[in-house]
This record gives sequence, structure tokens and C-alpha cells, in this order.
Amino acid sequence: MIEIKKLTKQADNKLILRGVDLSIKQGETVAILGPNGAGKSTLLKVLATLIKPTSGHVKINGLDLKKDHIEVKKLFGYLPHASLLYDHYTPLENLVFFGELYGVKDVEDKARELVKEVGLSFFINEPVKNFSRGMIQRIAIARAIIHDPKIMLLDEPHTGLDQGAISILNNVVLSMKEKGCTTLMVTHDFKQAAEICDRIIIVKNGKIADDFKINNKSLGLVSEKYQVLVEGVS
Amino acid sequence: MLRAALTIAKKDIYSELRTKQVLGTMIIFAGLVILVLSFAFDPANNTTKAVIPGAVWIIIVFSGILGLNRSLVSEQRNDTMHGLLVAPMEASSIYLGKFMANFSMILIVEAVSIPFLFLLFDFKVNGSILYFILVLFVGSFGFIAIGTFLAALASNSKSSEMLLPLLLFPMTSPVLIGVTQATKIILTNMEKLHSAIAWLQLVAAYDVIFFVLCFLLIEYVLEV
Repeated sequence: MIEIKKLTKQADNKLILRGVDLSIKQGETVAILGPNGAGKSTLLKVLATLIKPTSGHVKINGLDLKKDHIEVKKLFGYLPHASLLYDHYTPLENLVFFGELYGVKDVEDKARELVKEVGLSFFINEPVKNFSRGMIQRIAIARAIIHDPKIMLLDEPHTGLDQGAISILNNVVLSMKEKGCTTLMVTHDFKQAAEICDRIIIVKNGKIADDFKINNKSLGLVSEKYQVLVEGVS
Repeated sequence: MLRAALTIAKKDIYSELRTKQVLGTMIIFAGLVILVLSFAFDPANNTTKAVIPGAVWIIIVFSGILGLNRSLVSEQRNDTMHGLLVAPMEASSIYLGKFMANFSMILIVEAVSIPFLFLLFDFKVNGSILYFILVLFVGSFGFIAIGTFLAALASNSKSSEMLLPLLLFPMTSPVLIGVTQATKIILTNMEKLHSAIAWLQLVAAYDVIFFVLCFLLIEYVLEV
């Protein structure tokens, strides 16, 4: 599904990604962990086509990220820490606008359905600026999946969320996984990573330091590996 | 491409109709400039009429800058520009959408403020209104096309409000010189129409070249 070969990204003489090689199969839910400045978000932004790589190749679903970027963009839903929503627009208006950009059919019905799914039907005609962080993130989740993406790119999605919003987000990721959606999640939240992911990638100094599968939501294994690799605890 | 651009333009105009922040500011600013000019120059004096073509473009340029700056800076709140960049469209669609919205807004400002200017200065058009509208259209097109591109360039800077005018004036000076000369001829001395048309052709050529350049280069400007 996602094939990354020798990916590098340089910015202002600093090498942020140093030859990343990665292969992700369809339906996998992958957490990308690592310390601040390791290059996790940069990797995600390269995949989201927000940043152009310095060198290397990325293929998504057989499509070249550089040449077929419009087709690639149709495949993924991007959910960063910022909401990407217009404050003075209502949830419905925001979702309809983004749905139209993605060419979603019956976009208003779809938007109403998603607002209902994230539990904000009562606030469907309220401007987003009046919402709490948790409510905004719920609409941001709906925005990211309005076009039924095949790949979800999540950048620290759990930050600042209450338990209700975390639960909604996790349910969305798991239900998308059932539909065959691939998820890449950059996070510092080991608990959530262990909870919903079946593969963990640890990034350090722009390189992949470890790549392993986890079973039974094994938080202990994730913490142990992270401490050994990143914090040098043996 | 056009569908995405229209969606973005519709969104910007709808936002403006709801918040009335940019258009309101632009119209108030234009009104204030006209009032101050009417205090400075005696509308009863015939020599004052010579100021009118320049006043028209002062209003368009300064109120236009207010709108241009806001149109791109507003996309930084909640990183909504990233939302547009990850959507399945070319970066040039974003430019085209923003251009269409800004162009519509400046035309609205012109439609409101220029009749007010003429009324306050008791200015009677001796030339052709149709040619005057054509000059306004061609001049505003070039100014907004270059301005939208430079606003995108300046929006990444913390001092975008200062940077935009600094970049915009040198780049748009051929447009402004051309349209001011053409406006002067068309409003006051139609005998020199051929000269106005020559200015207009120059500005139109400049418009086309810069519109295409901005369209092609916007991808590099909008990169995160």
C-alpha cells in the first residue's frame, strides 16, 4: 500500500529524514513514535504532500507521490493537531466545503451523517468557534473521513482530547480498519498507540530505529522498546 | 481545476458576506480617502478634476491591499491552508479561487466608491463610460493577480502587512502607471483615445504575462 525508499528531507542544512525505508500493507494500523525533532511529523507531511522530499521515492497504492499527487491525495485523509476548520463556519458548512473539494456525491447528506456519528447533531448549525477542543477535534475527524479515505494520516490526534473524544477517535480508526483502511499515526501517547495499533515504528534522528508488531495491546513492550532505543535505558 | 477554484472562491465570498470584515473595511477605507480628498481639494475648482483619475487608483490600490492581505492570512488560522493543500487539486486552483474572490471584492468596492467619488466632486465624465469600465477591469485584474500571488508569498512572514505593500508597489507600478494614464485620457480627453488604447494594451499584456507566471509559480510559494 505504501512503499517508501531512501526518503530524505533536508531543510536549512539540517537533514531531517535520513534515508527512510518503509513498507506498509493495506489495513495495517501503524503508530510512529519518537522524541521531539526525530522527523515523525515531517515523514507524515511528506506522505500528505505538504512537503516535497529532497530525494527518495514514495509509492502509494502503486501511484507515484510526485507524478500522481492528485490521485494520491484522493486516497488519504489527513488529521493533524490543528483542526483545519473554518471558525466562523458551522460543522455542516465546513464538511460540505471540504466534501466538495474532494468531489463527494450527496455531500450534504454525508456531512449530516458524519456530524451525527461524532455526536454533534445538536450543534450542527453552531459556528465552530464556539466549540471546545474536544468538539472541534470530533468535527476535524469527520472532515478527515468525509471522502472515505483508504489511508488515514494522523498527527498527534489524541493531544488535548477528553475521554469521550479519544473514544470516538479510536472507534473511527478501528471501524476504518475494518473497512480495510490503512492508518499511520504519529503520537507520543503510548497507551493509545498500544490500544489501536498493530505495528509500532520508532523514529530517531530521522531514521527508523525499530519496527515491530504488537499483540494483545501490549503497552509494556512498547514502553520497554522505546526506553531502550530512545532514552538509552537497558 | 476550475470546479475547485470556484468552490474556494464561493467559500471566501460566503465567509465575507457572513463576517463582513474585509469588504466592510475596504469600503469604509475608500469612503474615508474620498472624504479627505474632498477636504483637501475644492470640488468647485476646475483644476481639481485633474486629480480624479489618480484618486480612482489610490482608492483601488490602498483598499485592495487591505483585502489581499486578509485573504491569505486568514487561511493560517487553524492551518486551513494545509486543508486546502492536501485536497485533490493543484495549488494553482487555490490561487485561482483566491484571485476570483479578491477580484469580485475589489469590483464591489469600485462599484460603490467610484460613483461616490464622482458625486462628491461633481465630476461629469466627458469621455466614454464603457472604456472607463474596461480600464478599471484590466487594471484591477493585473493588480489583484499580482497582489494575490504576493499576498501568498508574504503570508508566511510575521510582518506580512508591511511586506505586501513593499513587494506589491514595484511589481504593479507598470500596471498602475498605464491605467492611471489611460483613465486620465478616457475621463477628460477622448481625442487622445488611441493613446489610451496603447496604454491599455500594454497593461493587458503585462496582466497576461504575470497572471500566467503567478499561476505557474504559486506551487512553490504555498509549499509548507
